[in-house]
Amino acid sequence: MYLKAIEINDLTVEYPEVKALDKVSFSINQGDFLGIIGPNGAGKSTLFSCMLGILTKYKGTIRFFGEDIRKSRNYLKLIGYVPQKPVFENNFPATVKEIVRMQLTNNSDRQLIDKVLQQVWMHELGNRRIGDLSIGQQQRVFIAKALVHNPKILILDEPVTGVDIQSSEIFYSILRDLNEKQNITIIWSSHDMDAVHKLANKVACLNRTLFFHGISAEFFENEDLVKQYSEASMQQHMHSHEIH
Amino acid sequence: MQRAIISGIAIAILCSVVGLFMVLRRYSLFGDAIAHSSFGGIAVGMLVGIYPLWTAYAVSLVSALIITRIRYRLKISGDASVAVLLSSGIAIGLVLISISGGFTIDIFSFLFGSILLVSTNDTILILVLTGIILVVILLLYRQLLYSTFNEEQAKVSGIPVEKINYLIVFLAGVVVVTSIQLVGILLISALFVIPNITAIMYGKGFKQTALLSIGFAVFSVVVGILASYVLDITPSGTIVLVSLAIFGISIGIKSLGKLPITKSLKH
Repeated sequence: MYLKAIEINDLTVEYPEVKALDKVSFSINQGDFLGIIGPNGAGKSTLFSCMLGILTKYKGTIRFFGEDIRKSRNYLKLIGYVPQKPVFENNFPATVKEIVRMQLTNNSDRQLIDKVLQQVWMHELGNRRIGDLSIGQQQRVFIAKALVHNPKILILDEPVTGVDIQSSEIFYSILRDLNEKQNITIIWSSHDMDAVHKLANKVACLNRTLFFHGISAEFFENEDLVKQYSEASMQQHMHSHEIH
Repeated sequence: MQRAIISGIAIAILCSVVGLFMVLRRYSLFGDAIAHSSFGGIAVGMLVGIYPLWTAYAVSLVSALIITRIRYRLKISGDASVAVLLSSGIAIGLVLISISGGFTIDIFSFLFGSILLVSTNDTILILVLTGIILVVILLLYRQLLYSTFNEEQAKVSGIPVEKINYLIVFLAGVVVVTSIQLVGILLISALFVIPNITAIMYGKGFKQTALLSIGFAVFSVVVGILASYVLDITPSGTIVLVSLAIFGISIGIKSLGKLPITKSLKH
């Protein structure tokens, strides 16, 4: 089995007035729990869009288990994706179970749906309308949807934005279990450096380029690196304010 | 009368099912736009001597697909594309009708519906189209639902979202033109929208909501046709008024706090 789950080489995304990503290169092993940290505008969502095949105009290569994603979309079957903010109409008439079932091509496996809902502690709300749930509960449903087809990799784009602390803790414990007990590779972008420090075994610091990629402890125990990253983030933040 | 009710029920089912996807995609007025563009198609048919519904199908479907493509390529907003489609269809229709000799009773039947005059051949066509469209929706149910719920997530799961969007617009075009005989060009959007927004107030899940919408629409059509026959009034308007009454009663019940759904219609 190919050890590297994901390999990204010289990934560059350019828009007319800005370079969103500049020669980003790193690899992720199966079983890694990678936290990607970076300020707003750092390119985290752009990176995920490229990895998920949503954004196709980029330079460089992205490989999933050795396969270049430009050549085939079969790799998407190995991925579960939880977006930053699930965008849907609040009155969308779909139950929690119907939302999870959407991900299945063979949608008759009710036991599988119940199982993933139990994993995220949402099995008792299976027949509730999705819009009637809190944001934290909705995000757990989206994790269940991302898990129902047995992915090897879970990609989460700032999944606890707007979620209260208690719900975030539940969310993080679910991710920890998925990684430790099921060896699912987790790639998760976050502003919350404390959470990343606690959960992730690998860290990538992104601000259009890759500042650091490696063992989480190496980053957080290196005060100079943390300071360098924080200063770069502050400059990025101030630059954004000057533009606006 | 029998043909009218059978055709009416089939059209009600189609409008509910396809209309639910349109309403949830915020394409509610797109049905209206397609209907108005069909006016241009009807005028073409009358001018050249072809059965107007065939030319209405052709013009409406081509217009709807073109405007959808333009929306994708030029990033035009939904309401702007509705305005373009709607106004161009009416404008073309008015010019062609003025060339062909002005408004006739046939034109009025397309504008306001003429279900009581539906022929056996038309009824068979309506039933065949209903069967085909329902089969297509059942076969592609997951793709249609997922892309309606969230296009980005649907794309990531491998669904060809753009093709599905063209399909739903195509199906809507077929349903709209087919429904002209029931409620006419001017009221077709009512049948697309009102039973669905009423059902959304009640239904928890998508299938439940779709069945409720079908129930409301069929009830409106049957009661509307029968009432119009008894009272000697226009069936199209009566059908829409019955549908509105159901909607109004549901709003009243909701205001009293009796409905279990509390977040419906809040945007």
